Amino acid sequence: MTPSSPHDKSLVADLPRLALLSVLGLIFLMPYIWMISVSLKPLDEVWRASMSLIPQTFAFEKNYGRVLSEVPIGRYLLNGAIVCFGILVFQLAFALPAGYALAKLNFRGRETLFAFVMLGLLIPAHVPAIPLYIAFAQTGILNTYAALIAPSTISVFAIFMFRQFFRAMPDELIHAARMDGLGEWSIVWRIIVPNAWPAATAFAIFSVVAHWNDLFWPLIAVSGKGELATPALGVIYFRTEEAGDDFGALMAAATITTIPLVAAFLIAQRRFIEGITMTGLKG
Amino acid sequence: MSDVALPLGHAAAAPAGERTHRGEALAAWLLTAPAILAFVLMLLIPTAAVVAIAFTDYELGAPALRFVGLANFAELLEDRGFVTSFRNTAFFVAVTTPVSIIGGLMLALLIESGTRGRAFFRAVFFLPVVSLMVAMATAFQYMFHPTIGPVNAALRGLGIVGPNWLGSSDSVMWTLSIIGVWEQIGFNMVLFLAGLTAIPRDLYAAAEVDGVRSAWSRFWTVTWPLLGPTSLFVLTITMIRSLRVFDIVATLTQGGPNKASEVLLYTMYTEGFTFFRMGYSAAITVVFLGAVVVLMLLQTRVLDRRVHYG
Repeated sequence: MTPSSPHDKSLVADLPRLALLSVLGLIFLMPYIWMISVSLKPLDEVWRASMSLIPQTFAFEKNYGRVLSEVPIGRYLLNGAIVCFGILVFQLAFALPAGYALAKLNFRGRETLFAFVMLGLLIPAHVPAIPLYIAFAQTGILNTYAALIAPSTISVFAIFMFRQFFRAMPDELIHAARMDGLGEWSIVWRIIVPNAWPAATAFAIFSVVAHWNDLFWPLIAVSGKGELATPALGVIYFRTEEAGDDFGALMAAATITTIPLVAAFLIAQRRFIEGITMTGLKG
Repeated sequence: MSDVALPLGHAAAAPAGERTHRGEALAAWLLTAPAILAFVLMLLIPTAAVVAIAFTDYELGAPALRFVGLANFAELLEDRGFVTSFRNTAFFVAVTTPVSIIGGLMLALLIESGTRGRAFFRAVFFLPVVSLMVAMATAFQYMFHPTIGPVNAALRGLGIVGPNWLGSSDSVMWTLSIIGVWEQIGFNMVLFLAGLTAIPRDLYAAAEVDGVRSAWSRFWTVTWPLLGPTSLFVLTITMIRSLRVFDIVATLTQGGPNKASEVLLYTMYTEGFTFFRMGYSAAITVVFLGAVVVLMLLQTRVLDRRVHYG
């Protein structure tokens, strides 16, 4: 049997592989399994340190109820959605036309601009944080959506990715449009944007996953027990102020904030994996 | 770059083309203007500023700032906290990188070697990549809890007294590294899966004709050499991702106990945004940036070589 025909492996021959994968998979899922299990357990059962996953008495209402009543968790999720959406809209609005211009238009300075793009790829998002914080503090826009969104509006990586994407697009498409008398703006709107969907979707997934899960910048830009907390910040607030040792409620908060992206991932698995790995370059 | 030749070809066009050419340039600048503006404001100036601040004693709210040359960097070398932080980050990178790469490769090979359950297991191992790390970190906090956590409960069942995973300075970096591997392994697995699919099937058949029979020798004669470029890419990417460890430290240990889990970005965060010692924090940022740039350049060189050999 060659590896080129793994298809004809019988179920019995495949069993060791499946068993090993299942054991490893189970170990990997342990944090999720325990998170959900503990989120359903009453406090005394959590502290009894039993190894049983199924709660003897279900404390769903108590734990999840505590999260819902003590922190505006719905607001945190909404904030996460607003921030991710705001960031994505600006990133696409800035990067898509720039990527097209760098790929398909001839103009002096194009090589210089592209060199700056490559330079920008070297800089992690953590680097500009201090000057941005100082500038935001002085202009008084800390603790606003603008402060959460603005630093991420430019994605050098998106420019790079769209440039690569548009370069692979046939020139004839654009020439034909010019022949038809379309101006550069109409070309962008009517030809480029509609054709960019595959790249835009991949980038959107990458961007939303990155910013929904980001802790570093929200921790800096939003202070106090603000109404502007993103999901990541929300979990931290709830942990430090409300539920230090109430693991049941804490796991309920963790479950609520983890579910949206994980659910989206399970629905559109292939797209997620493609999007995140295609953009793997950014690291 | 090959497209340098293109504008010349265009410039040679008839005067009729001259106007469209200028129109094209104007459109190009208008199309790139928003991106340029945001790039300059949000990335270029702040990055230049952070390097500049690193050479000053700037503190937020202080009336004036002074140029202090390399004093911040000299202080970094003397600062036991920073040295620990640097060493911890290096430890985290040194542990998580090989484990999550070799582990990711083994998972990919295991998944690829059969047809059953591919999508399912790929999803299982990739799940941590899309999960809110702050939330998952609290789940790990419970699992690694010294008295009520299931990990130590299981060890007790085996007659072993488990360590105080996150609470003891001896084990805290190991525990964080375990979480780091959990977080990264699925990402590497998917990159390796892509690399494996790109290997032409007939190469295996050819190797078989040449007498390569066992799965072991097949791996070393065909799979591994052809995965070389992927592996080098995965190596640099994983190192950079590990270098940026922040979320799990901020959530679980805040650098403790006793600075035993201080890492670069967390030290930079506390110096800058808790103590407002911006100059000092900027110097740490510069060290961090330097490390990332070195790894990135390594990757670019590696990618260049990949083009040559490919």
